[in-house]
Amino acid sequence: MKRSILFIFVLLAVLIAACAPAPTAVPPTQAPAVEPTKAPAATTAPAQPTAVPATKAPEATKPPAPTATPVPVIPPGRVVVEFWHGLTMPLGGILEGVAADFNKSQNKYYVNAFYKGSYPDTMNAAIAAFRAGKAPHIVQMFEVGTATMMAAKGAIKPVYELAKETGLNIDPKMYIPAVAGYYSLDGNMISMPLNSSTTIMYWNKDAFKKAGLDPEKPPKTWAELRAMAKRIVDSKASNCGFTTSWLTWAQFENFGAIHNIPLATKMNGMQGMDAELKINSDVHVRHMQTLVDMQKEGSFKYGGRDNAPDALFPSGECAIFHGSSGTRARIINEAKFAWGAAMLPYYDDVPTAPKNSIIGGASLWVMTAPNRTVDEYKAVGEFFRYISQPEQDAKWHQATGYLPITIGGFERTKASGFYDKNPGADVPYLQLTRTQPTENSMGLRLGDMPAIRIVIYEEMEKAFQGQQTVKQALDNAVKRGNELLRAFEKTYK
Amino acid sequence: MQRRAIFNNRLLPYLLLAPQVAITIIFFFWPASQALYQSVLRQDPFGLRTTFVYLENFQTVLSDPLYIEAVQVTVVFSISVTVFVMVVALLFAVMTDRQIRGAQTYKTLLLWPYALAPAVAAVLWMFIFHPSIGILGKGLNSAGFKWDYQLNGIHALLLIVIASSWKQIAHNFLFFLAGLQSVPTAVVEAAMIDGASAWRLFRSVLFPLISPTTFYLLTVNLVFSFFDTFGVIHALTHGGPGRSTTTLMYKAYMDGYVSLNLGQSAAQSVILMLIVSAIVWLQFRYMEGKVHYA
Repeated sequence: MKRSILFIFVLLAVLIAACAPAPTAVPPTQAPAVEPTKAPAATTAPAQPTAVPATKAPEATKPPAPTATPVPVIPPGRVVVEFWHGLTMPLGGILEGVAADFNKSQNKYYVNAFYKGSYPDTMNAAIAAFRAGKAPHIVQMFEVGTATMMAAKGAIKPVYELAKETGLNIDPKMYIPAVAGYYSLDGNMISMPLNSSTTIMYWNKDAFKKAGLDPEKPPKTWAELRAMAKRIVDSKASNCGFTTSWLTWAQFENFGAIHNIPLATKMNGMQGMDAELKINSDVHVRHMQTLVDMQKEGSFKYGGRDNAPDALFPSGECAIFHGSSGTRARIINEAKFAWGAAMLPYYDDVPTAPKNSIIGGASLWVMTAPNRTVDEYKAVGEFFRYISQPEQDAKWHQATGYLPITIGGFERTKASGFYDKNPGADVPYLQLTRTQPTENSMGLRLGDMPAIRIVIYEEMEKAFQGQQTVKQALDNAVKRGNELLRAFEKTYK
Repeated sequence: MQRRAIFNNRLLPYLLLAPQVAITIIFFFWPASQALYQSVLRQDPFGLRTTFVYLENFQTVLSDPLYIEAVQVTVVFSISVTVFVMVVALLFAVMTDRQIRGAQTYKTLLLWPYALAPAVAAVLWMFIFHPSIGILGKGLNSAGFKWDYQLNGIHALLLIVIASSWKQIAHNFLFFLAGLQSVPTAVVEAAMIDGASAWRLFRSVLFPLISPTTFYLLTVNLVFSFFDTFGVIHALTHGGPGRSTTTLMYKAYMDGYVSLNLGQSAAQSVILMLIVSAIVWLQFRYMEGKVHYA
């Protein structure tokens, strides 16, 4: 008797535990990684240290820069728009400030913006809410979730349809082509671009000087980068020559765009779900071999996944660093040495290089719900029109460090003298608009991309440990990645 | 054995039971049935397209070499954590159970780690063992030992075993201590009069007498290492490097929460449920007989 009761109790404990990850059930209660040096979970948003205030441009255009969530006292008679976002402080506060400004600018609509957790958390929350018929009007989704969202016909309302229905006038041509293209299908904008970043290079001028290198001359090619990194380590100017955050985003996705080689067939997946990965090409193998060789000679350090290596640059550990353009704020805050920002290097014997880089970050998706009214969609449209104005874009760019996503936003910022006061802040924009996007540098749209990124990390980590060759690693990544793509495709058949 | 309680009101016993039953149904059976249901479907995350696929998800999961790899990682990890936790906790308990100066202080201090959230504990360990910014990690590297848990799978596994155990040791310590203190002094004194050495006393008297505690802790620790170590893994290694710290639990999370592959994630949850039920059943079936309940 006693025994069986005890048994049932333990079994129950087991049951609840076993069910915790069950998808439709309560999401895991564990908090996402709270490493203080990281932005939460797998985001491509600029890495923001938790304590960095909105830097830059205090005087330039007087951005709102509110630090606290506006008190949600909704004035009566307004159409309310629920807006879930995934930006941590201080960026989240700035975004909520944009919504607050919008609410002040007119008296018909009210956008209620609030933080729903990291991007994956926000995504899961939105999915759960949709299933319950209570989806928010707007949800912010990271760029690697684009394929999933686009495939969810019926759950989302494409921006171009919203525009048609509400008389909203948003011209895709006002956006940087690499931004609009990423979120468009057959030339129609599906989601609303917002926070975009790209990967660029930062270098430590003091370490360059110490190593006897010209501190004003960052490496332009990978051959130069390798030689410089080696010299820096050999001369003990710093412990580590080169490191990169976002190994997959920087050294595969952006690397491919810059060298004009495909990440996957079907225009990196933009032309269909039956795309296959192509990251085991000669150029990819050669590039990863360069990193493995550099690691062996001590000039490259693998610092972990996503933005974990961010900490290695401002601390002075690594002299050359590839990371999100959004890391800038953190470097300004923490680095105690002279540094510069430059475009990513390339292999100058690859005839197709260099092309424009691609974006990361997130965009805004309009979600449907059974009880949505036309007025609510109109409110969403009005908010989108508000944020797409060049002056809003310029303000956003200067306050957050994200890219100006409209051409007008860049021009305004330039005219205001912002880039003279903040040298190098225009590098991401210039790199992103270096050429017209080719079919390899428009962006990517692959199902289950978050998992594909993890696959690439896993296989490359084994190569960095010497457990397999680079060729084996990339062949495995292609094989496993394709399995994920096929599983995704199957779901939507 | 007549153990019937007498209730005057026929309804009262059911009413008293109701909250517990409600909680059990809402938080145990409902999610479990959802997982079972989801595990035989292929569905997009938004639930817009649903296909009934029978046991295809289970077939896919079980024939996946990565899943087998996760099984191996989980076995190594769980056994390491369980053994490590129990040995250290028992040692601490035996040490503080004696009459020593400041025993109370030691006991209090040893309990502190239990108050920390797993993710916070993990971050603390990261600050100690990070190869570039951690105090010990940096020290190891400058002493010539190439410590790097971000690239070396064995180092990573070692780190999450230590980080997970650290918290659990406090919990086990408390139970062992209570167990030791409930051993009648008369028995211990009798053994001492018979001239038993400290080891012999522990081996032949104390250890057998606390076996119910040990048995309970064994089950709890195994279940803990299966399920409650997510926070530590997520904060420290994200299942890497390679897949060296991807346990079954972490894989189910990745496939369900990140990849949004609900069917396969649910299938993994169901398998996990079966595995642990089996472990618990085996423990009760074969080990309880050897346990002496005081």
